[in-house]
Amino acid sequence: MNAKTRRLVAASLVAVTTTAVLAGCGAADGGSGAEGGVLKLWTHNAGNAAEYDVVEKVVNDFNAGQSKYKVEIEAFPQGSYNDAVVASSSSKKLPCILDVDGPNVPNWAWGGYLAPLELSGGEVPLDDQLPSTVGKYQDKVYAFGFYDVALTMFARKSVLAEHGIRVPTPDQPWTRAEFAAALADLKASGKFEHPLEMGTGGSGEWWPYAYSPQLQSFGGDLVDRSSYKTAEGALNGPEALDWAKWFRSLVTDGYMAQKSGSSPNDDFLNGKSAIEWDGSWDAAKNVEKLGDDLLILPPVDFGRGPKIGGASWQWAMSAHCAKPEGARAFLEFTRKTKYFTEFAKATGTIPATDAAAAQIPGYEPGGRYESFVRSARDFAVVRPVTPAYPYLASVFEKTAKDIVAGAEPEAALDEAVKQIDANLKLNDFYAG
Amino acid sequence: MTAAVPPLPRPRRARGGTLSTARRREGVIAIGMAGPAVLLLLVFFVIPVGLAFALAFTSARLISPTPARFVGLRNFAMLAEDPVFLRSVLNTFAFAAVVVPVQAGLALGLALLVNGRFRGTNFFRTVYFIPVVTSMVVVSIVWTFLYRKDGLLNRIIDAVTFGHVQGPDWLNDPSTSLAAIVFMSVWQGAGFHMIIWLAGLQTIPAELHEAASIDGVSRWTRFRFVTWPGLRATRTFVLITITISAFSLFTQVNVMTQGGPLDSTTTLVYQAVRSGYQQQQTAYASAISLVFFVLVLIVSLVQRHLTREKD
Repeated sequence: MNAKTRRLVAASLVAVTTTAVLAGCGAADGGSGAEGGVLKLWTHNAGNAAEYDVVEKVVNDFNAGQSKYKVEIEAFPQGSYNDAVVASSSSKKLPCILDVDGPNVPNWAWGGYLAPLELSGGEVPLDDQLPSTVGKYQDKVYAFGFYDVALTMFARKSVLAEHGIRVPTPDQPWTRAEFAAALADLKASGKFEHPLEMGTGGSGEWWPYAYSPQLQSFGGDLVDRSSYKTAEGALNGPEALDWAKWFRSLVTDGYMAQKSGSSPNDDFLNGKSAIEWDGSWDAAKNVEKLGDDLLILPPVDFGRGPKIGGASWQWAMSAHCAKPEGARAFLEFTRKTKYFTEFAKATGTIPATDAAAAQIPGYEPGGRYESFVRSARDFAVVRPVTPAYPYLASVFEKTAKDIVAGAEPEAALDEAVKQIDANLKLNDFYAG
Repeated sequence: MTAAVPPLPRPRRARGGTLSTARRREGVIAIGMAGPAVLLLLVFFVIPVGLAFALAFTSARLISPTPARFVGLRNFAMLAEDPVFLRSVLNTFAFAAVVVPVQAGLALGLALLVNGRFRGTNFFRTVYFIPVVTSMVVVSIVWTFLYRKDGLLNRIIDAVTFGHVQGPDWLNDPSTSLAAIVFMSVWQGAGFHMIIWLAGLQTIPAELHEAASIDGVSRWTRFRFVTWPGLRATRTFVLITITISAFSLFTQVNVMTQGGPLDSTTTLVYQAVRSGYQQQQTAYASAISLVFFVLVLIVSLVQRHLTREKD
């Protein structure tokens, strides 16, 4: 080997090792003064300044209050958050503390991402929380959230009065017949091309979140929850078929757009629709725009009582955490009424405890948004507690979209059940 | 003299040595040069592709507590019975069958137009090329608005026909959705291939055109017997690149229709992504990718065969 070749080989070696070292540095935890070590925390709030600020405040309070552990935040945009978690889990590099969307808790617990919390301390006991804000799987608590959101119907008092439509209450929600009559009246007035705004232009989790509660109010469900081994009868029984036909009829009767616009809430505020099926997150904006004319209505009772979906973002501990006692200490530290209050205030959501609700204007008893708390407590159904949920959600979204677009309801539901059952069987019913 | 004897064989040995050393040195240099590229190709192409092929025969999932195991052809058997997959194959082929000739033809037409010497050539070249440099996601979102029931396109139809024709809800009607995506994709992609055609057109020697015009042939004859044969290599390139990009249709579908309504716009790549990520079925998605790879390979081989030099 002459000098030139040697130099070339040496240069190549240097290049390769530098790359490896650089890659290694990226993976290694930076050292710090804390004796117990650094705890990484991941959140989906990179694009969500209000909530991120609260996360940052809680972490700063924790870091300042003790010297054993130091929590470090890493924020991701919501759109790529789940991908980041899945990717780092396959390389066993999950952070100690992470947040998780409620319906994904069973999937991540089953997949070995999350560790059971086994919390012992904390100011606020878990029992004080709205049930939908505690993420459980196989009788173990894996996550808890500081808030929940609620589905609701928004309408204008003046519009309902003009058409002689009764204003429903949580104790006396609209029945299916009343709702149908109201839509018919509104449509007949000629003022609304589509009197009902259901947000059918959305996609992803919105579909199972928004429409599976209606299916449940009819008496159907995404899966048979007694066994979680089949969707037969739940998703293609007579009740589900009834729901599917009703859902499609909203389009054929001209009550609802097959695919609504990209900003359904603005369409409602601009008077394009009379009744909007939406989430509590838009309430503050609507109150601001419409003032006293805004009605916040409970969901329609299609037979089995009004239903809404439960569970929003929650906090959990990863199974790869090297210092579980540190992660537990942090999570217990966060369980203070003041943090429940601050999270809910910052995000405009329903606080997970009554004590926090009492401190937020509008959510106190008799307040403007009290009905959300009531809905979250009385009408919320958590999405099926099974690791199969992401699959169920994906199949349901496609099936519901097909039905709205005019697919034959019976065939569409049967196909969905066939796919779900095949997937459950293929994965040994997600045992383990 | 004793000192003079030994040097004699040395040069011979040395010469032989220099030769083999030189060859070895060249080899080492070659490895050193190719090394980085080969390494990157291995890590980011060969290994993933190999993994995808291997995963297609297992039960691998994106999230699972149990390790993947070998399941033979199970995923392919499931594919054969999956109506959405079959529909995806059909849609993908239908899309390619329309897009390849239309986009290539339109691009050639545009190239011929802007190949002339007149004022504003560069302006038109730029205008036709703008959609290409615009992100496909942005283009898709904008066209989603244009295609709405009360969107620009339907307003134009309404105005032009004095209200006699009502445009459909383009993307929400199973009978028009794929056509709408085809139209928009051709519009977006044609500019790129226009540039390729243009490059081809400019390699044709001007003397040939001059000779043809001296002979007084018609424009069509000149195109048929001078321009067209001169574009042989460009033609093959355009054909194959459009075909491959048409087969991998994904972004437009993902942004505009998510495969709907009623599976009218679902494609192979869209289904692979949906099963792999949304539904966490890594192995099934790998099987779709493998089928996709084989289909594209077959089509490319057929095209290579048809466009080969026939001497």
